[in-house]
Amino acid sequence: MVQGVRIKDHWKEQRLFERRALVAGALIVVLTLTLIGRLYLLQVMRHDYYTELSQGNGIRTEPIPAARGLILDRNGQLLAGNQPAYQLELVPEEVPDLNASMQGLVKLGLIDADAVDELRRMIKSRRPFDSVPVRLRMSDEDVARFAVHRFEFPGLDIKTRQTRFYPEGELAVHALGYVGAISEPDLQHIDRAAYSGTALIGKLGVESAYEKQLHGGNGYREILVNALGRSVQRQGALMPDLHTHAPAAGDDLVLSLDMKVEAVAEKALGDHRGAVVALNPKNGDVYVLASRPGFDPSLFARGITNNEYAELTDNIDKPLLNRALRGAYPSGSTIKPVVALAGLTYHVLNPDKEEFCAGVYHLPGSTRLFREGKGGKHGHVALQDAIAKSCDVYFYGLAATLGVNRIAAFLAPFGYGALTGIDISGEKPGLLPTPEWKKLAFKRPADQVWFPGETINFGVGQGYLLVTPLQLAHVAGVIASRGLNFRPRLVIGVRDANGVVTPIAPIAGKRVEGVSDADWDRVINGMVGAAGYGTAHASFKGTAYSVAGKTGTAQVFTVAQNAKYNEKTVEERLRDHAWFIAFAPVEAPRIAVAVLVENGGFGASAAAPIAREVMDAFLLDADGKLKDPAQAP
Amino acid sequence: MYEEVTSGSRTRRTLTGTARMLAALKLDGALLVGLGLVAVYGLVVLYSASGQSLPIILRAGAHLGMGAVAMLLLAQVNPNFLRRSSPWLYVLGVVLLLVVDGIGYIGKGAQRWLDLGVLRFQPSEVMKLAVPMMCAWFLHERALPPTVGSLVILAALIFVPVGLVALQPDLGTAALIAIAGSLVIVMAGLKVRIMAGLAALGAIAGWFGWAFMHDYQKKRVLTFFDPNTDRLGAGYHIIQSQIAIGSGGVFGKGWMHGSQAQLQFLPERSTDFIFAVIGEEFGLLGLALLLLLYAFVVARALYLAMQTQDTFARLLGGSLALTFFVYVFINAGMVSGLLPVVGVPLPLVSYGGSSMVTLLAGFGILMSLYSHRKLMGS
Repeated sequence: MVQGVRIKDHWKEQRLFERRALVAGALIVVLTLTLIGRLYLLQVMRHDYYTELSQGNGIRTEPIPAARGLILDRNGQLLAGNQPAYQLELVPEEVPDLNASMQGLVKLGLIDADAVDELRRMIKSRRPFDSVPVRLRMSDEDVARFAVHRFEFPGLDIKTRQTRFYPEGELAVHALGYVGAISEPDLQHIDRAAYSGTALIGKLGVESAYEKQLHGGNGYREILVNALGRSVQRQGALMPDLHTHAPAAGDDLVLSLDMKVEAVAEKALGDHRGAVVALNPKNGDVYVLASRPGFDPSLFARGITNNEYAELTDNIDKPLLNRALRGAYPSGSTIKPVVALAGLTYHVLNPDKEEFCAGVYHLPGSTRLFREGKGGKHGHVALQDAIAKSCDVYFYGLAATLGVNRIAAFLAPFGYGALTGIDISGEKPGLLPTPEWKKLAFKRPADQVWFPGETINFGVGQGYLLVTPLQLAHVAGVIASRGLNFRPRLVIGVRDANGVVTPIAPIAGKRVEGVSDADWDRVINGMVGAAGYGTAHASFKGTAYSVAGKTGTAQVFTVAQNAKYNEKTVEERLRDHAWFIAFAPVEAPRIAVAVLVENGGFGASAAAPIAREVMDAFLLDADGKLKDPAQAP
Repeated sequence: MYEEVTSGSRTRRTLTGTARMLAALKLDGALLVGLGLVAVYGLVVLYSASGQSLPIILRAGAHLGMGAVAMLLLAQVNPNFLRRSSPWLYVLGVVLLLVVDGIGYIGKGAQRWLDLGVLRFQPSEVMKLAVPMMCAWFLHERALPPTVGSLVILAALIFVPVGLVALQPDLGTAALIAIAGSLVIVMAGLKVRIMAGLAALGAIAGWFGWAFMHDYQKKRVLTFFDPNTDRLGAGYHIIQSQIAIGSGGVFGKGWMHGSQAQLQFLPERSTDFIFAVIGEEFGLLGLALLLLLYAFVVARALYLAMQTQDTFARLLGGSLALTFFVYVFINAGMVSGLLPVVGVPLPLVSYGGSSMVTLLAGFGILMSLYSHRKLMGS
């Protein structure tokens, strides 16, 4: 009806439409220009910004781990190297039937039936195109077995990864240390960027102390990835410039160790708990650093299992303990040559005056009696015999005369109570007791008093005094070189990637001053006597070289009260520790040795023979003749 | 000389032959060339955007073929028949929408498809044509500009299908249908005053509509205003597409050399976001060329609409031409960050059968309206 009122005017309506169409056209032009403006903003004005964003999107950098430096002994023998380890890896998206593959691997004995569920869960949690290791550390036999059946396992392949390899196994493990998986605490003190792509890090010994040199510098490679993070070779015609930065291999280290001698030392220790340290008195080179029992360092490099680790930590013989650096024991009579030097240097001792040993010493002003450690009596002894035969009574008197402060002050320059400064970490300083120390160390006032009797014990190396085998080897070296004091060291040179060895200069410490040549001679003669006719003579019959030595027996006061120790074990562990220090040849010392055998009983019988074997191995050639010093290392 | 004249005349003869054939087929040559260029450009881009997938290209070619057939067939249909069948098509469309919505309600999820066994069919696509046809049919006999009473009825005619599509929920398509219908009314001479009033009303309605939006729809709107608030979620699309376009620069990175597209950082690279692939690989020049082709198609379509001789043809033709531009503008606007992300494909370029067939069917109708003009009228 409403429409009826108005007449439809076709001409007018056409005009109306045309007008609207023109306005619409104009609007289209405006909107299109707006779009072009927006595109101009994005593609011209902000082009650089978006270009950068798009490059960051598609290119990832992937680290290339550097090859870890090798560790060699002084003769170039390989002690730690890198070896490809075989592992079985699986790419989930390429496996048509995961269950069938898993069952197949179980049948081949490559994975445990029990582990299948967990493996499957792990595989499902990964991105479908990432390679997942399903079996680590494959033996050659495993690899061969899989290779035969490979065609049955699409998506599975054997990959090689570099891992640390210790051809000598347990030998010198406490010096070398080992590498293990990077732990949370490790992450605190390393440059994470430098370690991306590196799985292993030095944990102890040289591997840890020289981590920086051994690690080298990782390289990187840029890879093209898509939005899912999948690495792609090429997408469409897209092939951007990808940069690769080659890694710089770590430096090789040349150690002072002589593996031939090290092997002799460890074999001589055998099943005993103990340590042997041998070094060069003229520069501090450590030829032998043995601690038994040891362990296989490869365990850690390949990934130690919980059981294996528990076995090591729960073992009452403490194979992980580096006894050479960290085992602190009373020095026993090995201290006597130094106390004698103190007496001579302070002019309180007449070396030719004989004292009478009736097997017991009576401390003036006290009712207490001090007995010979092994019982018996030495009769009339002068200084040389007192050292050679290790007369306690003689040294009880000398200690009483010297007093604790003079003894301690004289001992300190030899390195007692202080770190030797060897170039691996973990060393213990031992303990050089003084009245001041005692005041601080004890809480109860009654305990803080230094008793005269404690000075007497101190004079024969018992009581509070604690030393490590490394310290005593160092002391033997100081005596051998008549006061020279070199910092013990394991690394003597660094070999770079081009094979050029840069030697590291030895570091000399403050030499022992104030001791006259005559006094050195007197004391060294006493030690020569110990090896020639005294306490250790049985072990040094017919040597091709002259030897100076000193036995020691460290009293064991307590043993850990632990239900695990049966009676026989406790009895064995209450036996004294046996010490022996020595150096040879006496005229021109080339080697100084300290041997400790835990619960070995007397130093003469348990420790001295080991020192003999080590010195023979080092000083003699295959025919049993003394090596020419010029050719010897 | 002789040769040249001969060849020239041969060319002229071929051209006239083609023109005669096109006329017989009721097709418009210029519009056909414009559409063809856009479609070929689209296939070239799609080959790169699909990750060099031949099956996708073949399927896209099939879609193009189906669309061409629909266009050719519709071009033959007499506009009077089209006009008379408009109400029936409209009613059928509304019924199908009700069915789809009902299934969706039972199935508890978004439902847009009607599975006919052999082909899946989207009733909302039909409404993109049926709604403007219905509006043009309604206004055909009435004097223009429309009265207030007519406007109320038209508003209801548009609102019913739009509401049903929005319920699916498919806000993008609902908006496009509403726009297609509204453009008929605008071209019919809707007073500017009323348009301004409606715009104000729309703003208020939008305010209320916000309360009824689905969370994902709200998120889209929010991230449009600040894409960085949700870098890996809803904002990811917008950021990645702007990176793609921006890094393309003036000349682009080259065909199949767009890292954003090839490495799949760009989502929906072969469908809704294909505009960004063009921007990345062919640069500002490539996009300008595409917009130029689109502008030519729209201009030609508008011209054809202006040449028609009755109200139904003019209004429907004008709406089809302008809706086409709206598609382009919304898609390009959302991909380049001017507009919020709504699911609107880039016409004739985005991969997708429904949209391709519907668009070409619309142009088929337009060609029919134009080519049958001398037969029309009383």
